[in-house]
Amino acid sequence: MDRRIQAVYGWLLALPACVLLAAFTHWPAVASLIDSFWSTPRGRRPAQFVGFEHYRRMLADDPIFLQVVWNNFLYALVTVPAAIGLALLMALLVNERIRARGLVRLAYFTPTVLPMVAAANIWLFFYTPGYGLLNQILSAFGLPDTNFLGSRDTALWSVMVVTIWKEAGFFMIFYLAALQAIPPVLEEAARLEGASHLVYLRRVALPLLMPTTLFVLVNALIGAFRVVDHVVAMTQGGPDNASALLLFYIYETAFRFWDTGYASALTVVLLLVLGGISIAQVRLLDRRIHYR
Amino acid sequence: MRVTRRGFTALGAAAIGSAGLGVRPARSTEVKLTFYYPIAVGGPITKIVDGYAKRFAELHPGIMIEPVYTGSYQDTMTKTLTALKGGNPPHLAVLLAVDTFTLYDEDAIVPFDELVQSEADRAWMKSFYPAFLENGAIDGKTWGIPFQRSTPVLYWNKEAFAEAGLDPERPPATWDEQVEFAKKLTKRDSAGNVTQYGIQIPSSGFPYWLFQGLVIQNGGQLMNAAGNEVYFDTPEVVEALQYQVDLARKHGAMAPGIIEWGTTPKDFFERRTAMMWTTTGNLTNVRNNAPFPFGVAMLPAKKRRGAPTGGGNLFIFKRATPAERQAAFTFVRWLTSPEMAADWGIATGYVATSPAAWETPAMKKYVAEFPPATVARDQLQYAKAELSTHENQRVTKVFNDGLQAALTLAKSPAQAMKDAQAEAMRILAPYR
Repeated sequence: MDRRIQAVYGWLLALPACVLLAAFTHWPAVASLIDSFWSTPRGRRPAQFVGFEHYRRMLADDPIFLQVVWNNFLYALVTVPAAIGLALLMALLVNERIRARGLVRLAYFTPTVLPMVAAANIWLFFYTPGYGLLNQILSAFGLPDTNFLGSRDTALWSVMVVTIWKEAGFFMIFYLAALQAIPPVLEEAARLEGASHLVYLRRVALPLLMPTTLFVLVNALIGAFRVVDHVVAMTQGGPDNASALLLFYIYETAFRFWDTGYASALTVVLLLVLGGISIAQVRLLDRRIHYR
Repeated sequence: MRVTRRGFTALGAAAIGSAGLGVRPARSTEVKLTFYYPIAVGGPITKIVDGYAKRFAELHPGIMIEPVYTGSYQDTMTKTLTALKGGNPPHLAVLLAVDTFTLYDEDAIVPFDELVQSEADRAWMKSFYPAFLENGAIDGKTWGIPFQRSTPVLYWNKEAFAEAGLDPERPPATWDEQVEFAKKLTKRDSAGNVTQYGIQIPSSGFPYWLFQGLVIQNGGQLMNAAGNEVYFDTPEVVEALQYQVDLARKHGAMAPGIIEWGTTPKDFFERRTAMMWTTTGNLTNVRNNAPFPFGVAMLPAKKRRGAPTGGGNLFIFKRATPAERQAAFTFVRWLTSPEMAADWGIATGYVATSPAAWETPAMKKYVAEFPPATVARDQLQYAKAELSTHENQRVTKVFNDGLQAALTLAKSPAQAMKDAQAEAMRILAPYR
């Protein structure tokens, strides 16, 4: 009797979270999957079952889809390692006894506090041709004016820089916390054994930071597929889709073209990608990670 | 102040607006109408619209208008269609004239032909500039009434003209003059870097709009009136695109690559460009911020003068009851009367939508004080409908991508237009 009441009590406690998760995460995912097999309903023509037509179109008929997938892949491949590397460097630096440590920590963390759209607008000014900050610096060295966001070769890279700048500070916090959790005796012991600072880093600190790295990596990769505010604010995916990412394309398809059927199919692809990343990372990296 | 044609808006104005929406007790005989409207230019627009609703309520005690500020044009369309799919659309709304086909395909709106009753009503429907009615017509019926309409014009810096040895009072009238002037106006420093370009035709976001001006000037048009065919790969269009590419690449008189719409007025104020093409909606912005004397002119001609129209129409939604539709019609009729159209044009910078509006005393006084205001009106006789088709956003995007591909030299103009044509016709196939 007592146990049953406890069970009911437990379920009641879990209920709000379950309802929210089901209503806003699980059901939309399932609904997207179902909708992806139907054509988009319009006022004058109802939805029809089309099977795998949307998926066929994606692979065979939609060069923009292939381009945004490639863009997103490149974007993740560059921003994730760069942001993590930079975060680790910054964390190591502000973990040392340097002057004005608090200020430096604050400075590194500031980009994280800014909303993405605000950050994008600041960078929009940096990138402006002619009188933008970067071009003023370039012209001081006599270099030609560059239209960073308006050229096919530089647009995606310019967006990547904003991401790295913004994410690194956030990941630094995790590394900093993890660094401070490493017992100082380990470093003292390493020193006694005659290990150099670099060897200590490579053999002791980094392995101990691996759980943090996994956590940060999963977050960074998911973020690379999930955050597109700066694309909306800075380039609208242009020029000619050179800086469009998958989620931006989904938004465009769903809320500008109102092609909800195709957008559902694209969403399913995004879900598969994100699910795949998480599973692969946990499976592959788990073996090499040293938990205490 | 950054003004975009359909983009971002002053949050401050929004705050004033929501505070101004007082709750009034509804009388039982009252018809209550929800009115969605976007803001795409600077100024206290919400205050003006709320004021209109109040004035209308005094004249028509049985009808209460509830204006709802809904963000940019894009946001307003998103909110309207979402509300529609949820079964609760507004009774009337201001939306882009080019979205008429989308609303029609969603079976969301009623044609005004079904709402007119008297001869006076019929005359009213014919009272607008014909160019403004074109985008609202499908199947020989009128689905949208012009409200906040605009058209692109050329702004020029008179000081820069004088420095370059040009007559500061004479803007370029033809394509050739435009190239010639722009080349003379381009200044370089000792290292050969450009410090002032001759001209800027923005190409970010919605490059098709300004480009369509070039196409019309070259004697072409981008689509048919039924909205199910496009003519992107015709010689008129390819030549126009070649001209825009050449301004930057061959003549070096315009910045290469994509030119940002939003920062173009600022580039003009900073003397980074001596001429610019942008909307008449920027008139007040330029008037307040240009640190030099400037002029406003019609776009230059090739085979003819030409420009697309732009901006928003008033739409009445189908889901409303017949009584509500008639009430909404009464409001639209009042809002587009010559006096109100003149008032709205003066307050915002939009082109007043009917010839009668320009004959009102208020408008005559305004024009006497600020003559550039008439340039857009005078250009209307050469104007044509803005690019609008079924699946409009998607077709427009295909076209924009093609333009940007050519402007960034990824494809030749002919190739870019050929690809865009094929893709657009594929999208439009179900509508033919």
